[in-house]
Amino acid sequence: MNTHTPSTTTVESTQKASFSSRFHVRSISGLIGLILVGFWLVISVIGPMLSPYPPNDFVSNTVFGPMSMKHLFGTDYLGRDIFSRVLAGTPYTIGVALAATVAACLAGVISGLVAAAATSWVDMTISRTQDALISIPSKMFALIMVASFGSSVPILILTAAIAYMPGSFRIARSLAVNVMTLDYVQVARLRGESMPYIIFKEVLPNMFRPVLTDFGLRFVFIVLLLSAMSFLGLGIQPPEADWGSLVRENIGGLSSGAPAVIMPAIAIATLTIGVNLLIDSIGSKSVQH
Amino acid sequence: MNKTVLRLIINRIGLGILTLWIVSLVVFFITNLLPGDAAQELLGQAATTQTLDALRAKLGLDLPLYVRYFHWLGGMLVGDAGTSMVNGIPILQLIWSRLPNTLLLAAFVTLVSVPVAMFIGIVSAMYRGSWFDRYINILAVCAVSVPEFLIATIAVLIFAVKLGWLSALSHIENAQTFGEMLKVFAMPVLTLCSVLVAQMARMTRAAVIDQLSSSYVEMALLKGASPIRMVLRHALPNAIGPIANAIALSLSYLLGGVIIVESIFNYPGIATLMLNAVSSRDMPLIQACAMLFCFGYLVMVLIADISEIVSNPRLRK
Repeated sequence: MNTHTPSTTTVESTQKASFSSRFHVRSISGLIGLILVGFWLVISVIGPMLSPYPPNDFVSNTVFGPMSMKHLFGTDYLGRDIFSRVLAGTPYTIGVALAATVAACLAGVISGLVAAAATSWVDMTISRTQDALISIPSKMFALIMVASFGSSVPILILTAAIAYMPGSFRIARSLAVNVMTLDYVQVARLRGESMPYIIFKEVLPNMFRPVLTDFGLRFVFIVLLLSAMSFLGLGIQPPEADWGSLVRENIGGLSSGAPAVIMPAIAIATLTIGVNLLIDSIGSKSVQH
Repeated sequence: MNKTVLRLIINRIGLGILTLWIVSLVVFFITNLLPGDAAQELLGQAATTQTLDALRAKLGLDLPLYVRYFHWLGGMLVGDAGTSMVNGIPILQLIWSRLPNTLLLAAFVTLVSVPVAMFIGIVSAMYRGSWFDRYINILAVCAVSVPEFLIATIAVLIFAVKLGWLSALSHIENAQTFGEMLKVFAMPVLTLCSVLVAQMARMTRAAVIDQLSSSYVEMALLKGASPIRMVLRHALPNAIGPIANAIALSLSYLLGGVIIVESIFNYPGIATLMLNAVSSRDMPLIQACAMLFCFGYLVMVLIADISEIVSNPRLRK
């Protein structure tokens, strides 16, 4: 099977053109991205085990305490340990966003493949619906969902997944339409292969890399959306807290520059910047196209 | 304007209207999916069945869902969005009292961000691969990957808390002189611009680079045109379509950004109205605000599409 789709060949050729001039900055920022992403993925799994205090216990008499050996990231507005609370927040921030991203990309890619393979009438219907969904700004959609169904983890995952599915659909559909016209797919059709065989064995493997890049981008958007919802008090509900809720809870400590509000914000920023740097170094060209 | 261009534009407008209709279906049915209705919400737990039924009949809630949808849609079309469930004020009046503020904020942001983004985008395209281009690129990646509330809180920390130049809240009613206006708008505009400039600059850069790599620019270079003349005289006029497209698409981002920014600075715009409606579950107001936002978004996308069509010389026979 031919693994050189048009998209990967253009990626390689553009990469060669600007390779020497950009090699340094790209590889260094890509490495930083890789380290940040790897770090947070490990923390999201083992983080809660490293927690020095129970995240919801009042362990200090000082509110908005400074960084110290006893409390690495200081204490929050109720005297809870922020380091433990940031660790406890990782499964919410990273886990929930990851679940939503997987759902969004799966739904997007599957509907994209169906639209590309199906008759024009089915394609038309799916494309119109996805276009309508994409024209509801994601935060607006999240507000409507939360106002109607309340805020819970399953609703948040569903909301983020629906809000970011259309973008994934667009990319998957246009990739699949391109791949479908290539010779080896035509040959497979003439051989009399079934549609599922063509989609899974011929088309899908050749869309893998751009879809993966898109997955990373979508993950960043979803982390930002869910943090923003928590920051507005409409995301993860107390006593549980993701990083967005931690920023919101401790916003009162902003005037004194308390680490309680700064550290969770840094956590979000390092995660999203890390993913973006990584994507930028491996696939920025395929996104531009 | 010839027939092809006109036909394409009418086609796009038609598609926009179709999309807006599907959006109205999505908004209406999501907000009406749960069984608890407005009458129950208004009268509370203690309401008797009789009073509930009476109120339902008055509000039209006893009608089937699809009939209510058409009533609602008809109302929206003639500009009657109903009344707020919380305070009984007509929604149109609520929106009119807030809309100018949000539009003013958007206008300020556009005025600041577009020239800055164009400048950065064009310069980094001209000096592609230079240190300026590389660091602008990394800065842009950082700006688009950081949540707005983080930029806003950092701005508050620096300008309101440490330096004490600006107030952390936007008291728009106190702004009489131009200087006071500047003070009120500085932080919300700064926050929204940081993301917007990053997006627009990247897209402008890509559009200009696309033109610079074409053969007519190479020709100009061989004729001995200076780099600045080459970009401003040769490349830029041809990149205007894609750039206008990029600006319109980026500005549609504002519709999401204002939700956070208005809430942080307590700015009296449409987004804070919508957020209050969400916390009080004022469904008619939520529906109206959502439709207004989606309408605004579609208009921006439509402008982006049309500027792309109109600027395409192949269609201008």
